[in-house]
Amino acid sequence: MGPREVERSAMTQTTPEAPARRQRAQVKVRTLRTDRWWLVPLVTFLGLSSFLVYGVWAIIDTSNFVEPYIAPFAAPCLTTQEVCEGARLFGWAPVGDWYALPPGLLILGLPGGFRLTCYYYRKSYYRSFWLSPAACAVQEPHGKYTGETRFPLIIQNIHRYFFYFAVVIGAILTYDAVLAVVHKPLGLGSWILVLNAVLILGYTFGCHSCRHITAGRLNHFSRHPLRYRAWTFVSKLNAKHQPLAWASMFSVMGADLYVRLVAKGIIAFPYA
Amino acid sequence: MSYKAKFKVWRGEGGEGRLEDFTVEVNEGEVVLDIIHRLQATQAPDLAVRWNCKAGKCGSCSMEINGKPRLGCMTRMSTFSEDETITVTPMRTFPVIKDLVNDVSYNYQKAREVPSFTPPADVRPGEFRMKQVDVERSQEFRKCIECFMCNNICHVIRDHEENKPNFSGPRFLMRIAELDMHPYDVADRQETAQEEHGLGYCNITKCCTEVCPEHIKITDNALIPMKERVVDRKYDPLVWLGNKIFKRSS
Repeated sequence: MGPREVERSAMTQTTPEAPARRQRAQVKVRTLRTDRWWLVPLVTFLGLSSFLVYGVWAIIDTSNFVEPYIAPFAAPCLTTQEVCEGARLFGWAPVGDWYALPPGLLILGLPGGFRLTCYYYRKSYYRSFWLSPAACAVQEPHGKYTGETRFPLIIQNIHRYFFYFAVVIGAILTYDAVLAVVHKPLGLGSWILVLNAVLILGYTFGCHSCRHITAGRLNHFSRHPLRYRAWTFVSKLNAKHQPLAWASMFSVMGADLYVRLVAKGIIAFPYA
Repeated sequence: MSYKAKFKVWRGEGGEGRLEDFTVEVNEGEVVLDIIHRLQATQAPDLAVRWNCKAGKCGSCSMEINGKPRLGCMTRMSTFSEDETITVTPMRTFPVIKDLVNDVSYNYQKAREVPSFTPPADVRPGEFRMKQVDVERSQEFRKCIECFMCNNICHVIRDHEENKPNFSGPRFLMRIAELDMHPYDVADRQETAQEEHGLGYCNITKCCTEVCPEHIKITDNALIPMKERVVDRKYDPLVWLGNKIFKRSS
C-alpha cells in the first residue's frame, strides 16, 4: 500500500459516510459574532430612509428655484407649470400643460433608478432593509433565496441604462452650478451647487457599469491604450464608490434643501 | 507577558457537537492556532485541527473565531482583550469531519466543474505573447490560497444549503472571471457563469471580499465585472445589436 492509499484509508476511517458525519456543525445561534455587527446596517437603514423621506418631500415642495439657483431635485423641470418657472433647461418644456402631477416625478426616477440599481446601494439595502444578510456571518431570516436570478431582481441588470441617463443629469447639474457661479460668484449657494456637482460626477463616473463600458469588457488592454487609461482613472474613482455614494447623496440633499430654504426666504443673509 | 485566556472550542464529529470550555495560557506574540496547539498538547490531545504552513499561505487553518471566518495562524491573540472569551468553531457552510476540521470537498467538486484554460487551437505552447497590462488584472486572482473562507461566508450557500448544486461560490466565480479576462482564453465563460455556476445568485454584499486573507477585491474586480459581461451577453439589446451590425464576436 503506497502512502496515498494509506492516507485515503485513514481518511475513510475518520470520515465514514454516516449521515450525521456529513452535516455542518449544529450551532444553534444565529451568529457567534461578538462585535456590534448590527450598527452598520442600522445606520445605513436610517441614512437611506432619510433620503427617501426627503425625496418625497422635495417632490411635493414647490420652492425649487430662486435666481440663480435651481434645486437639484427639480432640475431640469420638463413641464410648463408655474412652479417650474426658472428651473427649465434653456426654457425647454417637452411635457405640456396637461401634466398636473409634481414635476419632480418626471425626472427623479432617473437618478433614483441609477442609485437603486447601483452595485454599492444594492449591497447596502440588501443588507440593511432585506437583511440578506444583515452582516457577514449573521444568518439571514429568509427561508429561500434566489438572488438576482429571476424577476423582479433580475431587472437590476439594466443598471447601465440608468448610468447613461445619470451622465446627462450630472451634466445638467454641472451646467446649473456653473451658471450659478457666473451669476453669483460670491453666493454660498453657488459653491454648494459646485461641490454637489463634483460629488455627483465622481459618483457617476466611478460606477461599475462605467468601468465596464470604458474598457472593462476588453481582454486586450494593450490594443486600446486610451480606453485603458480611462479605465485606470475610472477604477480609481470606483475604489471610492462607497464614500462617493454617501457623500453625493448627502450633498444632493443638502444642496436641494439649501436652495429651497433660500427660495422660501428662511435663509436670507446677503451672500446666501 | 502571559495570561490565562478563556476559550470555547467546538468539539464533536459530524454535525453533532458542543462548545467546550477551556482556560489556557497565552504568551506574547501568539496567534489563535498556537493556542489550539497548546490545547492539544496539554488538555485535549484528540482535538482535531487542520493546519500546515502557519504563515497564512496554505489556507488550511480556516476556522471561525468569535463568529468570523479567519485563518487561525493569522489571528493574533493581541486583537482580543484578556478577559474576553474566544469562541472557535469550524466553518459553518461545510460539513464537519471532527472538531475544527471541515470536509471541503464541495469546493473541489466545483473546481472540477470549471473548464480549464482553453487557448485557441492555432496557438501552440511557446507562442503566447501577452503584455503585462493584459494579464495583470487577472493576476490579482492568482493570489488566492484556497482557504475557502469566501465560499464559507457567502450567505447564498451558508444560509441556504439547497443552493449548493446551483452555485459555485465566489472562489470559483472569480476563477471563471480570471479565465474570461485572459487574452488567450476562448471558452464560453459568460453563459456558463450565469446558467451553471449561479452568478445571478450573488447579490454583491461583499462578504467574500471582507474575509479574503489575501485582500483580493473579489466582488469589485471579479464578480461585478463578470456580471457586467453577462449583461453584455444576455440582457443588453444595444450590445446585441452592436455585435450584429459590426459582426463582433461576443
